[in-house]
Amino acid sequence: MSVLVIAEHDHGTLKGATLNTVTAAAACGGDVHVLVAGHNAAAAAAAAAQLAGVAKVLHADGASLAEGLAENLAAQVVALASGYTHILFPATASGKNAAPRVAALLDVAQISDITKVISADTFERPIYAGNAIATVQSVDAVKVITVRTTGFDAAAAGGSAAVESIPAVTDSGKSSFVGREQTKSDRPELTAAKIIVSGGRALGSSDQFNTVLTPLADKLNAALGASRAAVDAGYAPNDWQVGQTGKIVAPQLYIACGISGAIQHLAGMKDSKVIVAINKDPEAPIFSVADYGLEADLFTAVPELVNSL
Amino acid sequence: MKVLVPVKRVVDYNVKVRVKSDGTGVDIANVKMSMNPFDEIAVEEAVRLKEKGVVTEIIAVSCGVTQCQETLRTAMAIGADRAILVETDAELQPLAVAKLLKALVDKEQPQLVILGKQAIDDDCNQTGQMLAALTGMPQGTFASKVEAVDGGVNVTREVDGGLETVKLALPAVVTTDLRLNEPRYVTLPNIMKAKKKPLDVVKPADLGVDVTPRIKTLKVMEPAKRSAGIKVPDVATLVSKLKNEAKVI
Repeated sequence: MSVLVIAEHDHGTLKGATLNTVTAAAACGGDVHVLVAGHNAAAAAAAAAQLAGVAKVLHADGASLAEGLAENLAAQVVALASGYTHILFPATASGKNAAPRVAALLDVAQISDITKVISADTFERPIYAGNAIATVQSVDAVKVITVRTTGFDAAAAGGSAAVESIPAVTDSGKSSFVGREQTKSDRPELTAAKIIVSGGRALGSSDQFNTVLTPLADKLNAALGASRAAVDAGYAPNDWQVGQTGKIVAPQLYIACGISGAIQHLAGMKDSKVIVAINKDPEAPIFSVADYGLEADLFTAVPELVNSL
Repeated sequence: MKVLVPVKRVVDYNVKVRVKSDGTGVDIANVKMSMNPFDEIAVEEAVRLKEKGVVTEIIAVSCGVTQCQETLRTAMAIGADRAILVETDAELQPLAVAKLLKALVDKEQPQLVILGKQAIDDDCNQTGQMLAALTGMPQGTFASKVEAVDGGVNVTREVDGGLETVKLALPAVVTTDLRLNEPRYVTLPNIMKAKKKPLDVVKPADLGVDVTPRIKTLKVMEPAKRSAGIKVPDVATLVSKLKNEAKVI
């Protein structure tokens, strides 16, 4: 019994989500192998080999894998699949893109966003925007799974696995990469941050979003997040969105400023260790999940908070 | 070109579902049902492509119980030309739906299939990708922009850290993200017109598809409740609590 983890990386370094997925893989039992598929990604493969619990790293290097196109990545995984009982992807945009394609090609079901491994074929996953937790059992020979990264700790360093080069698949010819527009940010990555300062519609404008929340985030070395309402109104870029349809986060401290706390937002942050809500509406649903609620106008409370830190 | 738009009937997004006390599932009896919000965006996008002259016919498809006809009528009120219901009372999981849709794709030969990125009940985010795999089509998931270009479509995708654009050869599968468009309201005259549009009903067996679930749900539980918090009177108290009690700053 072996488990294959599909690494997410930027060719040079591993993305944090890969580390959580390795921990989930170890919980499934058996040898953990990591596939690093990319172009000139030897550094990422070397990093994967140093993770504790990893028995082998498979490194596929080719131009077809340079941009992580789902058609090519899925073909690469399917080519390896026969040796594995479990194939795990992080539940990131990239993992969610490729995993179901792999599952369908293998004619097996896929289990999305697992938060717990109960046994080799039984897992927990949230449904209905996190309002219910389902325990599901797969009857398929190969389990194709995406792993909710906030459900598992990151694997530590301290391994020394062998790196084996494998041939890269040829390009499908059906899709090609056109371009990428990265949101520039010097802050910690949202899904990996220990503290998140998040803003909602109450901020009123993009300028106010930045002038009010940035000093607080700077003081706390926190990532900035946003509710869907704030993103839809254009106050924040959409990859800051925390919620069912955005990022799922579980930081040590989550500070929600001017966020009412709709179901779709709570689904993305209610596993945070400590939640602070600053809102002037005493009836806002966010207060029902907040450990510390401050009923105040955020435009006075947040600057005051910055000054007292 | 012809477009196929699969739509799903789900519990309305405003409803807070309750878990049944016997742990067999969530209680959806007598709960308001609606079209999955991401699917509304998919129908809207197909209609906009038709209004631009790129698309000639829009076929809405739904798989499930008889009442899914209501969802298909809504899709036709937004602007779909005709509808197909794959009727079954069986539990349908994404792989089964993808196989049903593949059978319809083989029959109807659409150039584009537009689905929602995920349904808000099972939160799977699988069907579009699975359909693409089964039909051998390229996929443009989590689309925030779809543009017809010579011989293909350019799809701008919402990915972690920003946006990414891929070019797909046709036929292709696209799944919608929230920011692709703002679905229009359906008007009463269009609801009346939708009643006259054709709606075919087929069974999974007619399409030769085995829909047996591959995943068994053993139980469904309430998530762990957060213990009740406190309200603090001022910022100073908040800072002191965070420092001394919670020890997070």
